[in-house]
Amino acid sequence: MIQKPHVDWLAISPSLALIGAAGLLLMIAVLTPRVVRKPLAALIGFSGFVIAFALAVVVDAKTPAGSAIVHDSIFRDRWAALAQVILAGSGAVAVLLSYRERMRDEHVAEYYALLTAAGAGMAFFVQASNLMTLFLGLEWFSIALYVLTAIDIDLIGSLEAGLKYLVVGAVGSATLLFGSALVYGATGQLSFDRITAVGHQGDAMVVVGLAMVIAGLAFKASAAPFHMWTPDAYQGAPTPVTAFMASATKIAALVVTYRVLAVAFPHDAHLWRYGIAVIACISLAWGNIGALAQRNVKRILAYSSVSHAGFMLIAVAAASQLGERALMYYLIPYAAMSLGAFGVVAARERELGVPVTLHNLAGMGWERPFLGVSMWVFMLGMLGFPLTGGFVGKFYVFAAAYDHGFWWLIVAGVIATMISAYYYLGIVRAMYFRDSMELRLAPAGGAPPREFLLSAGVAISLVVTVGSFFAVQPLIDVAKSAAHHLPL
Amino acid sequence: MSSWLSTILIFLPVAGALLVAVAPFSSYVLGSFAALVSLLEVGFWITSATKFDFGSPKLQLDQQASWFSDLNVSYHVGQFAFSLWFVGMTVVVMAACTIYGWWAGRERGRAYFSLMLLLTGAIVGVFTAQDLLLFYAFFEAMLIPLYVLIGVWGGAARLRATITFVVYTVVGSLLMLAAIVVLGLQQGTFDLTKMGTSTSTWLFLGFVAAFLIKAPLAPLHGWLPITYRESPPEVSAILSGIVGKAGLYGLLRIAIPVFPSVAQDWRYVLLALASVSLVYGSLLAFRAPDFRGVVMYSSLAQAGLIVLGIFAFNDLGFDGAVLQIVNHALISATLFLVAGMVERRTSTGEFRLLGGMARGRPALATVVMTIGIISLAVPLSSSFAGEFLILAGVFRQGWGWAVVGGVAIVLAAMYMLRAISAVLHQDVGPAVPESALDLRPGELAVVVPLILCLIGLSAWPALVSDRAVGGQQAFVAVDTGGGK
Repeated sequence: MIQKPHVDWLAISPSLALIGAAGLLLMIAVLTPRVVRKPLAALIGFSGFVIAFALAVVVDAKTPAGSAIVHDSIFRDRWAALAQVILAGSGAVAVLLSYRERMRDEHVAEYYALLTAAGAGMAFFVQASNLMTLFLGLEWFSIALYVLTAIDIDLIGSLEAGLKYLVVGAVGSATLLFGSALVYGATGQLSFDRITAVGHQGDAMVVVGLAMVIAGLAFKASAAPFHMWTPDAYQGAPTPVTAFMASATKIAALVVTYRVLAVAFPHDAHLWRYGIAVIACISLAWGNIGALAQRNVKRILAYSSVSHAGFMLIAVAAASQLGERALMYYLIPYAAMSLGAFGVVAARERELGVPVTLHNLAGMGWERPFLGVSMWVFMLGMLGFPLTGGFVGKFYVFAAAYDHGFWWLIVAGVIATMISAYYYLGIVRAMYFRDSMELRLAPAGGAPPREFLLSAGVAISLVVTVGSFFAVQPLIDVAKSAAHHLPL
Repeated sequence: MSSWLSTILIFLPVAGALLVAVAPFSSYVLGSFAALVSLLEVGFWITSATKFDFGSPKLQLDQQASWFSDLNVSYHVGQFAFSLWFVGMTVVVMAACTIYGWWAGRERGRAYFSLMLLLTGAIVGVFTAQDLLLFYAFFEAMLIPLYVLIGVWGGAARLRATITFVVYTVVGSLLMLAAIVVLGLQQGTFDLTKMGTSTSTWLFLGFVAAFLIKAPLAPLHGWLPITYRESPPEVSAILSGIVGKAGLYGLLRIAIPVFPSVAQDWRYVLLALASVSLVYGSLLAFRAPDFRGVVMYSSLAQAGLIVLGIFAFNDLGFDGAVLQIVNHALISATLFLVAGMVERRTSTGEFRLLGGMARGRPALATVVMTIGIISLAVPLSSSFAGEFLILAGVFRQGWGWAVVGGVAIVLAAMYMLRAISAVLHQDVGPAVPESALDLRPGELAVVVPLILCLIGLSAWPALVSDRAVGGQQAFVAVDTGGGK
């Protein structure tokens, strides 16, 4: 007789809620008439993320101490729960941004089904506590995202982006899998806790495996030099999908990277600290210099997301109590800023019917005051200016780096920020300093429709971006309790 | 003693800015509202000045609230005697500039007035913040409205001006951010009032770089020409009158008190840079082809003079520096506004196209003459008092510095008289239309109060200089300067 493990249903409820929503959506896709399909699908997708959000909050509240459950396959702890809260929030905002996206009516329910399935995969991924669940979660959300990237076959470049993402992503997954196999081969253990317990520090096979695991996760976090797919995939994917990828995928990948390193390989910290620090520096350099040359706003934001991966990896490299807090805190305003910025891009894209470049952003700040001011705030936030959480996030990351003695990472971060001022402020400049009269650009079909849901999504992002500047202590307290039981 | 006054001074204009941003009224109404808020701000400052005990060296009108206790960062604002004067000149100049913008009828009034009020709040915040991170937040927040004010309402080359301006200031302020992170973690607190002293040269240089770029001091003044020429005149007035003073304030409040011994060691470098700025700025002002050029290079020279006073490391120099900071804020703001008024009539500031504007325009002639005379430091003027104190102070560091200062004052007379003469006298320039009006009542309402403040200070410079350092004790820690 097969022994059934005890299942802690509450712990996996956020994933289950999203899977449930995905299943329901697939049925809607075939069972409901076309007229109600779009609003109903969006409503269910949104509800799925909101319920997952609420359940993750409950798990967070009811889990003072972390533990591995269901045969040591997943963790129930606040680190995962908080990440799920941010992920589900990002997903909900992504649904708001998606509603008015031009897509074929027959695919609309599948679109939301894939979005919720990707969310479910990420929620599962951040809980992973052994190498199997790690890989399972990674593939789960990746496959959903490959399809989402290519879902809009009418959009030029969408299929190409999907294919590129698939090929490069598969390399990343394979690397992770190979690395996991090496670690398993050397230690004979799958679960993170036991890998630590077995020891084997300095074992060449473990070290190579560790390096490959890091590389595999860095593909998903789009940290340079594993970021090659990022600009193309971000540019080609429908903009709301890009928004979701930029925020949620990165959150999941970074949270898990830290967990794997801190829980499974604490003995090799002296090695991976430097490895991660080097990846951080490369990401900062490549992301910022790459962004300078771009004209397409989605590509600029894609390179900017590479550079933000660099900033967050500084916190991972510092790997201390302060570093954990810095990482978790940084993710909150970062997710909001990415979603909001891509949301504004989506609005402009729908208005003009062409890809948004620095050139055709002209005058937007005056035509759409709310979206303009929001974009302004998001750009300042990404630049790390005050009155946004981006400032406090950067400050914390630098503090963590200094605390560990990595003062040279502060230097790298400061130089990267200096460079980034050019393109972030370049977007503000494009929106405000040039009149749309200079452009002679005809809008694609009259006045743009009022997009209440998109504006609501941007407004939520704005509130989080600015609010996280003022409410630092509560957020830090939450981050602290999330990181409480992690080693290091 | 806890008091809401500092907080009100910071957040009253911010609240006004938010209101202006959303209120459904015309530009004119919004402008009058912004003008009212800026005058109310002056009223609150007068209230705080009357409540201030100038005999005490302690922080006053202070208020503290936790921001994030995790790293001991707090919202802590308050004022020392000298900060009170910084705030005073800020609210007065900002009120004048806001009203000028209202009178001039700037386009896109909603955004314009909202940003002007936001800027007021940020600058007052810089001069009252007693926590390093809060200081940095306000210091950076100043840049946000300035960037847009220059980029939207500036001249033809405004795009290049904003890039230059932002690149310089962001580089400086990020160096300061790195220094703040390290200093705060070393000290265990970011609160300036609880912080001990540090002996790190690197950190000192990080702060000083940011402050000298902001001031600006040669050779870090590369952003100055294009920015001051391309900004709208009232924004140039703010930049040169008060935003630059944030750099000098940083030297007074942070660089010297937190790094007393390093500042001592580096004083000759700073004094040398200051002397270079003073002489070089004066020479450039003398060579400048346009009105704004004279004013902006004279403010480079004045920044040098003030730094001479600060790094004299004694009470004379310090009092003189604070007095001269207030003087120069009022003078340079007035001069930039006047330059704007001249440009409004002639559409140029170039001397070769100007001239003969005094004839038939008595108000303009009187205003230009008065402010010119005060700015070149004739005896009995307030800037004479300030410069005299600075020279007397720096004389104790070494007579050579005082000689440099003395020479530069002669140069100041030369360039200022040249500018006055090129605008008011000589033959009527080709760009000056016969129909160019005299100053209008609205313009007079902006510049005359500023000039009256200066005349008042000329009559009683001790109002500021005797009340700059409460009880002459606040900077006793650094007042051990050599040469005594």
